[in-house]
Amino acid sequence: MDVPNREIIGRYLRHAKRFPHIWCPGCGNGIVLGCLLRAIDALGWNKDDVVLVSGIGCSSRAPVYVDFNTLHTAHGRALAFATGIQMVRPKLHVVVIMGDGDAVGIGGNHFIHACRRNIDMTAVVINNFIYGMTGGQQSPTTPQGALSSTSVYGTLDQPFDIAGLAASAGATFSARSTTYHVKELEKLLKAAFRHKGFSVVEAIAACPTTYGRRNRQGGAVDMMKWQKKVAVSAKRAAGMTPEELHGRIVTGVLVDRDAPEYTEEYDRIRRAAAEGKRVAFRSQPGDVTSTRAKEY
Amino acid sequence: MRTEIRFAGSGGQGLITAGVILAEAVGLHDGKYVVQTQSYGPEARGGASKAEVVIDDRPIRYPKAQRLDVLLAMTQEGCDRYYHDLKPEGVLILDADLVPTAPTSAALAVPITRMVREALGRELFANIAALGVLAGATGIVGMEALTAAVLARVPKGTEQKNRDALNLGFEAGRSAAASPADEPEHDEV
Amino acid sequence: MSAEGSREALLQGNEAVVEGAVAVGCSFYAGYPITPSTEVAEGLAARLPATGGTFLQMEDEIASIAACLGASLAGAKAMTATSGPGFSLMQELVGYAAIAEIPFVLVNVMRYGPSTGLPTSPSQGDVMQARWGTHGDHPIIVLTASSVREAFDMTVKSFNLAEKYRSPVILLLDEVVGHMREKVKLPAPEAVERLERIHPSTPPEWYAPYEETNTGVPPMAAFGDGYRFHVTGLVHDRMGFPTQKKSEIVQGTNRLYRKIERGFREICMTDGVGLEDARTVVVAYGSVARSAQQAVEEMRDQGKPVGLLRLRTLWPFPRAAFERILDGVDDILVCELNRGQVYREVLRVSRGRCEVHKHTRTDGEMITPAEIVRALRERI
Repeated sequence: MDVPNREIIGRYLRHAKRFPHIWCPGCGNGIVLGCLLRAIDALGWNKDDVVLVSGIGCSSRAPVYVDFNTLHTAHGRALAFATGIQMVRPKLHVVVIMGDGDAVGIGGNHFIHACRRNIDMTAVVINNFIYGMTGGQQSPTTPQGALSSTSVYGTLDQPFDIAGLAASAGATFSARSTTYHVKELEKLLKAAFRHKGFSVVEAIAACPTTYGRRNRQGGAVDMMKWQKKVAVSAKRAAGMTPEELHGRIVTGVLVDRDAPEYTEEYDRIRRAAAEGKRVAFRSQPGDVTSTRAKEY
Repeated sequence: MRTEIRFAGSGGQGLITAGVILAEAVGLHDGKYVVQTQSYGPEARGGASKAEVVIDDRPIRYPKAQRLDVLLAMTQEGCDRYYHDLKPEGVLILDADLVPTAPTSAALAVPITRMVREALGRELFANIAALGVLAGATGIVGMEALTAAVLARVPKGTEQKNRDALNLGFEAGRSAAASPADEPEHDEV
Repeated sequence: MSAEGSREALLQGNEAVVEGAVAVGCSFYAGYPITPSTEVAEGLAARLPATGGTFLQMEDEIASIAACLGASLAGAKAMTATSGPGFSLMQELVGYAAIAEIPFVLVNVMRYGPSTGLPTSPSQGDVMQARWGTHGDHPIIVLTASSVREAFDMTVKSFNLAEKYRSPVILLLDEVVGHMREKVKLPAPEAVERLERIHPSTPPEWYAPYEETNTGVPPMAAFGDGYRFHVTGLVHDRMGFPTQKKSEIVQGTNRLYRKIERGFREICMTDGVGLEDARTVVVAYGSVARSAQQAVEEMRDQGKPVGLLRLRTLWPFPRAAFERILDGVDDILVCELNRGQVYREVLRVSRGRCEVHKHTRTDGEMITPAEIVRALRERI
């Protein structure tokens, strides 16, 4: 039962490969990768059946270290690559690991469209509020007013709420946690991997090097403490006013619903096409307004 | 021998379909070499549209029409723009109502769209009737081949109306060609 | 392709691409609508699902090429089709496919540019972009076609070269060839050559996805086959892992070039008319080659020593075909629908051994045979 963590992690690392890794001391990426590996281990997935896909950025270097089918794509495009893989081999477990800039900056269009398609794969978005690899430029999640090397007078743009964006774009599973809450993060990843359909897990992580230092958040430990302080569970958040929620990070499962999964639905198209027929859907061509928003 | 035909009109008149059907008739049913091309504007309906068919007994290199043997115009603009491409001995077929000002008295003016609307209740089949006029007036394509090509293309359930439109056009084309000097039927003052 | 299929049909060039793709075993298409290539998407949207394949309309062209590369890594023969603006958007991942050695086919039905340009008018303005559109040194295979039947054949060829050389292949059509309809008789499916990528025969623990081989082409496993390998757009070693070692950087890039260079004889396709005795040779490709052929045939009928060298492959540039004629000719006239993109290449390979002229047209119309005859008469 109680297998030591290092033994579990050890099962999945590419031992002879590229260590040490590129991540700075105090970086959250390793914590998220650890949670991801423990979740996969708990589910008993065969390594041959797992495809770990990433884009570009610090977090996107994760695939090189782990012994799965691994694909390090171009900046922002990981979900689109993953879509091709999953459509051709729907039996594979496709997990996409991205940073905030990767997922909802340059890849934002792919992100929302992946959400609406509901293909059975999981997007793990590590949100550290900054472009770390290029040295600390403002990202689509940098809080308003925060400093970065390209918002030296304070960030003007409104940040994205990644898990919320996923939910409103149609993801059938959306959850959030932080690198402080490792147990919860691991649990959410497991739930996301089990979920049939497109799932998103946002992991709030620290970048002490390019974000914390500039914004006077202290070192890695202080940033973890901050995560602990601002986190509030979705359950508790439901009873709080917007004012009370200001500056807080809502964690836990935000959306978990059943909807037809894309590759299975596509099989219906294939069967109908082979017989030269149209496919029957629940919605009709006249049903142009989405009622999905009401479901949350 | 190379024969070049151009259909000129506006988007929505079905002239590209007419070009495709003519090409299928002469290529697949009459066994000639054929190339069909088209050009059109960004509008799906209403912009200038043209379809061309080049027919030959030997392989066709240059695919576009330059010196027309037949110009079939369904708009005044199409007629005016392309009339100068017609060979001196070429045949000009006009929709008499849609092209009120014929550039030559030798034009074969047939009220194609009106004729179809009156006989079949809808203008939809005017492009098919135009093919009939072309066949009746020029003999470039045989009616048997043309009928087969039309029936292979049109939606199920519309076969009879299309056949009627084709025959209507054929008769009108034949009689127009028999008296090519006739003025268009409306009065030009 | 000797055994001919039973049915003659009147097809558009774009429709012939669809037929070619289905015949050669393409099972994945992802694309975004754009004139004048859309008929390729429309055709495959109907055909692929019916044969168990996948057609996806993606959110943009970048997603389209990315999905194709993912599908290819999962083992499918994949393609996309686009035109000018979409082709520009896809460029980054063309480079990804080149360095990660992912077979796939990109059909670009060229329209007049730059930018939105003239969406429904033909052009051959993307010749250099097809070669150098993505950043960095890389080899690429670019084919073209002059007729509807050739659009079919070159689609088949594109897939076969992509699979054989683990390379992206670009098929450059122009709007005229994409949209014109011709009577064609397509070969029976069993008569169509279908090459498959070489799969590794080594056990997974020995598999090196980017190893040196005699041909320069490493075997390619698919994700899910039990070979857990790494793919990246970073410069990588023979195992696929990022490297910054000078020796590995140079070795990897050299192999990319070498594998294509070894295939020059097969990849570089040309044909011609009257090249055996021509003193003046017209060089043309795509739709323009049709006008050129008519012009050359007309002049040969009048006893003039002219010929046509038709390029079926644009990149790698079919230099050998020029070497064969350069000593015997006085003039070369390059005809193309751009301001002289292939003309410059011909200048480069001819190295002053004959006069090189161009006749170009950039008003959105095709070059006519009469123009070429006129241009030839000025030389003879």
